[in-house]
Order: sequence, then structure tokens, then C-alpha cells
Amino acid sequence: MTTLRQRMTPYWLLAPGLIWLFIFFVVPMYYMGELSLKTGTLTTGYEMTWAFSNYADAITDYSTQFLRAFYFAGVATILCLLIGYPLAYAIAFKSGRWKNLMLFGVVAPFFTTYLIRTISWKTILSDSSPVVSVLEFLQLAPDGRVLATNAAVIAGLTYNFLPFMVLPLFASLERLDRRLLEAGQDLYASARQTFLRVTLPLTMPGIIAGILLTFIPAAGDYVNATFLGGPDQAMIGNVIQSKYLVVNDYSEAAALSFTLMAIILVGLLFYIKFAGTEALMGDEEEAK
Amino acid sequence: MEGSPDLPPTDSAEDRAEQAAGKAAGSGSGGVRLEGVTKQFGDFTAVEEMDLDIADGEFFTMLGPSGCGKTTTLRMIAGFEQPTTGKVLIDGSDVAGLPAFKRPTNTVFQSYALFPHMTLEENVGFGLKRKKVPKDEIKKRVAGELERVGLSREAKRKPNQLSGGQQQRVALARALVNLPKVLLLDEPLGALDLKLRKGLQVQLKQIQRDVGITFVYVTHDQEEALTMSDRIAVMNEGRIEQCDDPESVYERPSTTFVAGFIGVSNLLPAVASSSSEIKLDTGPAIATPEASRFGTGERCFAVVRPEKLEIDLEGRGDTSKPGVDGVVETSLYLGTATQMAVRVAEGVSMTVLCPNVSDEERQSLPGAGARVRISWLPEHMHLVAESAGNKATADETPTDNVTQGVN
Repeated sequence: MTTLRQRMTPYWLLAPGLIWLFIFFVVPMYYMGELSLKTGTLTTGYEMTWAFSNYADAITDYSTQFLRAFYFAGVATILCLLIGYPLAYAIAFKSGRWKNLMLFGVVAPFFTTYLIRTISWKTILSDSSPVVSVLEFLQLAPDGRVLATNAAVIAGLTYNFLPFMVLPLFASLERLDRRLLEAGQDLYASARQTFLRVTLPLTMPGIIAGILLTFIPAAGDYVNATFLGGPDQAMIGNVIQSKYLVVNDYSEAAALSFTLMAIILVGLLFYIKFAGTEALMGDEEEAK
Repeated sequence: MEGSPDLPPTDSAEDRAEQAAGKAAGSGSGGVRLEGVTKQFGDFTAVEEMDLDIADGEFFTMLGPSGCGKTTTLRMIAGFEQPTTGKVLIDGSDVAGLPAFKRPTNTVFQSYALFPHMTLEENVGFGLKRKKVPKDEIKKRVAGELERVGLSREAKRKPNQLSGGQQQRVALARALVNLPKVLLLDEPLGALDLKLRKGLQVQLKQIQRDVGITFVYVTHDQEEALTMSDRIAVMNEGRIEQCDDPESVYERPSTTFVAGFIGVSNLLPAVASSSSEIKLDTGPAIATPEASRFGTGERCFAVVRPEKLEIDLEGRGDTSKPGVDGVVETSLYLGTATQMAVRVAEGVSMTVLCPNVSDEERQSLPGAGARVRISWLPEHMHLVAESAGNKATADETPTDNVTQGVN
């Protein structure tokens, strides 16, 4: 027989997290949601007018920045996956005693602030830097500029979010039973076939987690576009940031934030449906 | 491999390996041959100068304690490891440099290694698909193989929905469906409980007879090896101590290691006093033609299996048979037999097994503390040389094996 105390234990354990989420997530969300439907200015105050037009404006006025954000984030995510998978594979399977050092290498950039890292890239990619001279010589930057190009922002996003891709990939590769790879080889599958038929499907949970952890924050990012891009690289994050902090149009900013969230959420639902919750949860057992 | 303090295996083991070599060469297909194979991992030598010849269609077992090199040998045949020196031949051709996926072998892994993201059907069909076998044929063969192992109804299930025994059968089906020239089995029954293991031993042997494929079986379970094998290689520290049929390995072990590892043995230290007689350290001189294998004055061990011993109270019994005197230390009732430990000298103890034939006979057995005489027929005594390397003596063998051995 379980006592009342035993039955309550999970709730006690959940309580701090739930309270935290309520105060710092649900409450602000509610205020933001409310704000997005108000009209007014910072000086005159805001009034509830059920102004759904804020949302219509958000989409019509800033569709370019929305699309650009998803385009940049999408390319950066694909690049992260292409760079991150071989890297995670090498760390998990081939690094031997260097494993911990290499993992440290992956997370080492976190020891410096995100902003500082991005600003330092601004210096590295500035017009007079040797890096740009080399790129120019190689005909990769014909007009001698790298900053304020799409490539610079995408490169910045890729660099900044790579660890979020590598870590879940590493975790799922590390967990992979090596004997399954031997079994694949034993059953006439070449290294490439073993990778495609065994390794890749079994590390799908890591791939999906990595994609989500990279794409979602990258789509809302404004730091990379601010420092590495020009006006033509403005992402939706930049619009929201300037609405809040420069123009002080809180209602429009809130509406933009909610629109971004809604689009990502809908996209996520489709993604899960397509990829299957099975892969997302890392559960190999099929639902009956 | 040079400069090893270990002595080479005894003559008799080599002779038998050579006889087997002749047999395998004659058949010419599906056999496995190892020539001077050595495998080193850093400083550690896992397998040392191994010569082995496994005939086509043979059920061959490599038996030994963990770390004796049996699994490494199997992995070299499968292609997961490359020998440091020496040659591996499968079906008469050198497979050096041939990766695992190009070898005509399939493996049943110790932990089954079934693909968790595939159904049983997909698991079993994996190899055929890679070999580009036509779809209808794959379907037919997979169904047939699942039928053979009795899992047709579970074809659409995933491995983690099955019990250990079922998973083991899927692993077997997944390997056998490809009709490999050689099937390699790495302790395939190790993770199962005793009762299931016994049932599957019989099934495995039956399947091997039906398909006629060469089985190379790795186990540390001596009873399993004796039950199923056509031939057993008893391995110790990367070397083959003895390679022979089960009866010979049990009845005529060639080294103290083999005698101790297979079943329970009584090892009595002795010295060859002439070419036709030995003198037990703890008893009388006994005439035996086997003494000629040892030089006069050379040390050896006399081996007698516990079930071949007779026990009588001192002063009774047939004194014309060779025997030693001792004191009963313990007497254990095992159900099918009574096991007695008899101290025959300081530090030398013998195990005697008396089958439980009738209540009367059992009750007449001497109890603990009784002074007894243990005797045996001369033909049941066998002489062995001391093994090189570590010694597995009767003391190290768990008593469980006694019960199993008798059953």
C-alpha cells in the first residue's frame, strides 16, 4: 500500500519547476498576448481594443524578414548537420583517449559570451582583415566584402549554433551499440550501407533533437544579423528587437513575437508528424 | 610470439590436430583453416601461433575460460579482427584483407545484436537484401527461416517485444537464412536460463545436422561443448591445449588444464618410475603403459574421473585394484549422486561420485570421518603432463558443474 505521502512525492518534485514555469513563462506570455491586442504608445499608455490588425500588419509588413529568418536558419541548420554529424561521429567512435578533450573543444566557445564571439567575427570578417584578402584572392569574395552579406550571417549562425547540433548527435552516436554495426557488416552490408541502414536510422532521435535545438533559436536570432549583416540581412528577430527597444511599439512587437512562435509551432507539429514522435522521443517501440 | 615462457602444447594435441588437418583437406569445401595465427592487442597476446583445421559440415567448439582467446579467434574468422601474423583460410582460400561483409560467414552474436528499428522479418531479410536476392525469394526464405525457429506469428514484431530465447532464435534465423559456408556462434546461449539453454542446445544441434553448415561455436560451458560438438578445442591463454572429439577430451585429457576444465578431475601428483610404471606421491606404484610417454623420473599427474572411483571402508574391497587410502571429509547429497571429498594426503583431496542407484546402497556409503580406501580400474587412470601457463585445477571448477556433469 502506498501512503498519501508516497503518492504526493512526484508532485513535490515537480512543484519547483512548475511554479518557476508559471511565474516566468505563463504569466509573461499572458501579458504579451494581451499587449499584442492593444493599441497605444508608451507615452499615452495602452488600451485593449482587440486589435487583431496588429497581426495582419506583422505578416504583411514584415513577410520578407520572416522568410529571410527561416531561410537563414534553415541553411545554417543544414550546414550544422553536415559539419556536426561527421564531427560527432569522429568524437564518438574514433577519438579514443582524446574524446573528453574534443568534447571540451565543442563546448569551449560557451566560455565566452555569445555577443563577444559574434563581434569578434565582425573583426575577423572586416574588409581589411587577412581572411577577407585570402577569400578575395580565391575569388570567393569578388568585391572584397564579406560583412553585410547573407553568407556572413549564415556563417555566424552556423558557428554559434554548431554545439547545439553536435551534442545531441554525439549523445545518440555514443549510445549506439557497436555490435549492431558489426552485425550489419556481418550481413554483407558495406560500411556505407551499414551507415545508411543502421547508424543513421538509430541516431535519428539525435538528428531531430539537433535540428530543433539549432533551427528554433536561429530563426529568432538577431545578434548575427546585427553584427555580421547589413539592412538587407535583417531577420525577424531584428524587427522585433527594434520594435521593442528602438521604436517602442510594444503591441506590434508582441504581435510579431507571437506570429513567429505560432509559425515555428505549426512547423514543428508538421515536422513531428512527418518524422514521427517515435524518433523525437527516441522510442523504438511502435505505437500499436 | 617469440620469447614466450610458455611451452608448446603437448605432442598428443598436435598429433590430433594434424590428423584433423588431413580430414579437412580431403573434404575441401566450407572448412576453416588457421595457420600460425597470432593476434596481439598492444602487449597482450590474445591468440598465439594457432593452427586449426575445421572440416566442412563440422560442429566445432572452442571451449575455454574467459580471456583464453576463443572469441578473438572467432572474430578473426568473421573478419572483425585481422590476425597480427598467420593466415586464415575459409573454404580453401586466404581471406586476408577481406572485410567481414565480403566473407562467406555469418555470426550469431552473444547479445544477439538484432536491429532494434526493424521487425523480425526485416532483421532476417537484411543480409539477403544486401546480396540483392530477388524480393519474392527473400520473402519466401525469410518466412521459411522464421518457421524453422517457430516465430512465424511474430514476424511483424520488433526485437524488444520478444523474450531472450526468442531473440536468440531470431539471431540464428538472421544468420542461417543467408546459407553461409560457416556459421560462427559466440556464446549464443550464454544469456539464457539453464532450462531454456538445454532445449536450445538440442535444437541447435538438430538444425546443424539439417542444414549441414560448418558451425564454429564458442562457449565457456563445458557441458554445452560436450553435448553438441563433433570436436572440441580446449583453449587456455591463447593456445589450444587439446583438440579432439568430446569423448576423448573428457576421458583422455592431455593436460592438467583440460582435465580440470572439463568436468571435475582428481589429479594425483606422480613420477614416472620406469617406462611401464608410475609412483604416486601419495600412494603405491601403479603399472601403466602410458608411463612410456614420460621419461623415467619425469613428473606427471594421474587423472581419474570422480564417477570412476570406488569407495570402501578401510580393509574391505578389492585390494588387487590400484588405490589410495584417505579420510572422508564431506559427503554431499546431490540428488542423482552423492559427492564425497576424501583427503588422501596433506593438501591432496579427491572427489568421489557415487551414483544414487538405490537407498540401500546410498545408506551404506561411509560418512564423514570414516577411513576409506579409494580404488579404480587401471584403464580408468590416465596420465597427463602439467599445463603450461595457468592451471585450472579441480578446485577452481565450480561444484555446479559436478551436478551438470552427472545429469
